[in-house]
Amino acid sequence: MEIIRAEKLAKRYEDVLAVDEIDFSVDEGEVFGFLGPNGAGKTSTMRMIQCVSPKTSGRLTVAGMDADRDSRRIKRIVGVAPQESNLDPDFTVVDNLLVFSRYFDIPRKEAEKKANELLDFFQLQGKKDTQIEKLSGGMKKRLILARSLMNNPKILILDEPTVGLDPQARHLIWDLLGQLKKRGITIILTTHYMDEAARLCDRIVIMNLGKILAEGSPSELLKKHVASHVIEAPNEEGVLDCVRNGGTSQYEVSGDTVHVFTNEPKETMDRLMTQCRVSSATVREATLEDVFLKLTGRMLRE
Amino acid sequence: MKVTELFRLPHVSRLTWRVWRRNYDVFMKTYRVNFIPPIIEPILYLLAIGFGLGALIREDIFGHDYTEFLAPALIAITIMTASFFECTYASFVRMYFQRTFDAITSTPLNVDEVITGEILWGATRSTISATIMLGVVTVFGLVTYPLCLLIIPFSFVGGLLFASLAMCFTAITPRIDSLNYPTSLLITPMFLVSGTFFPLNSLPTGVQQFAYTAVPLVHVVDISRAMAYGSLSPSLPGEPNLLISLGWIVVVTLFFFVIAINLMRHRLIV
Repeated sequence: MEIIRAEKLAKRYEDVLAVDEIDFSVDEGEVFGFLGPNGAGKTSTMRMIQCVSPKTSGRLTVAGMDADRDSRRIKRIVGVAPQESNLDPDFTVVDNLLVFSRYFDIPRKEAEKKANELLDFFQLQGKKDTQIEKLSGGMKKRLILARSLMNNPKILILDEPTVGLDPQARHLIWDLLGQLKKRGITIILTTHYMDEAARLCDRIVIMNLGKILAEGSPSELLKKHVASHVIEAPNEEGVLDCVRNGGTSQYEVSGDTVHVFTNEPKETMDRLMTQCRVSSATVREATLEDVFLKLTGRMLRE
Repeated sequence: MKVTELFRLPHVSRLTWRVWRRNYDVFMKTYRVNFIPPIIEPILYLLAIGFGLGALIREDIFGHDYTEFLAPALIAITIMTASFFECTYASFVRMYFQRTFDAITSTPLNVDEVITGEILWGATRSTISATIMLGVVTVFGLVTYPLCLLIIPFSFVGGLLFASLAMCFTAITPRIDSLNYPTSLLITPMFLVSGTFFPLNSLPTGVQQFAYTAVPLVHVVDISRAMAYGSLSPSLPGEPNLLISLGWIVVVTLFFFVIAINLMRHRLIV
């Protein structure tokens, strides 16, 4: 069942076209990831879905409702966890949840029960009466997630859910998101971490400069855009010509390294060593990061 | 931004009171310190200017001594400053530094409701301060009961005026420092020359006409002073009918309210 559908969705700011007529759809209950370098249009797309930023053109429906006309009803069933904290520094941890619940018209008793559940779930019960400024980065992230669930959302929108966290905190959040997925909540997230995307997402779109470059499950993307393995060899004199002449079409140069994509790592390695006479080479399994860099290029975005 | 967009009518539901309630809850956490200024300030002004400087003023001001003349003006000034500062500096902090408006607009509330809630809260601050001050000047025996009690509901109306005006500045200010412009160029001069410390009718007629056309605090002072004197007619010669002053306040408030909402939509909805 489709829960979000975008057709020729576009967003223009003054003279920048941030989202350029993209089409995508998200199924109910899946974890859907938007990947892309800075300025790709991911956050703009998310802001249109959560109905805080009006689209410039195209069609966007969320749970069967039109994003322009039914924004208030859509916002009732969506939970949002922004990248930068907008927790209310004037309140304690539990009051952040309770004050937030009033915006959704949730009765006090029900809100208290829900807040208590969520504090347990996100392991924040001990920090219940703490002021926001005293929380660590990981706790703030968890509290933002807890807050986004106060209204029992059908759709959860997460912008960089683990950015800036230590490995322990990241793994905890991944576990919790996995449990939410089991409850049937549709999760839409953006991330810069390819391991995070590969681990969490059922389906991914890779965006660049406002367009969708590729779409599919992490394994489909690997199969389609790179091979199973990558050999990294130094870009010495003659190596590049040799790779080209050897009939390998799948390769990439970055700085002084050549990345050769191959489904037969052993054979390719042998050939590189014997024919191309590379001084050293390493072989590893291809990752989503290879797909990402191949599709979006290695140019730095700021 | 097109000029017609400035006059689009706001969409506001009762959810706007949830924004008011948020600010009220924060205020009540530190109510003791919040209640100090409206208690201390009028006492200081009454002592220094009313009884101190006022002792040199032998003449009555149209039938009232100087402290009686000054007391309602102090209340009018607090109606102005309480809501103006709440909806400039305090609202800007919530909007810009705390991102509270972003958090609220991700819930079913829209920008119109957030800004309306802020303005309603600003007006409430005026009412809280004016009520406390009324108590203080009562102790000094400077107001006439029961009519002076009308200052309490009136302070909410006056508060809406300055809160709406303040929100227009907050919507267009690039940085928090820039809010010092309206404070220094608008609020401070109004504070001094709106019939507050000396009667307006001692100024040239042209200046008086300008004041009644364009200076908001003048009308708030006139109405507060009449109520404090226990009357509903103008307390000094040359003042307009109180209903005209009230009408002026209502019309100008609605004007700035609609403009503030639309300027904020322009700033916040991108």
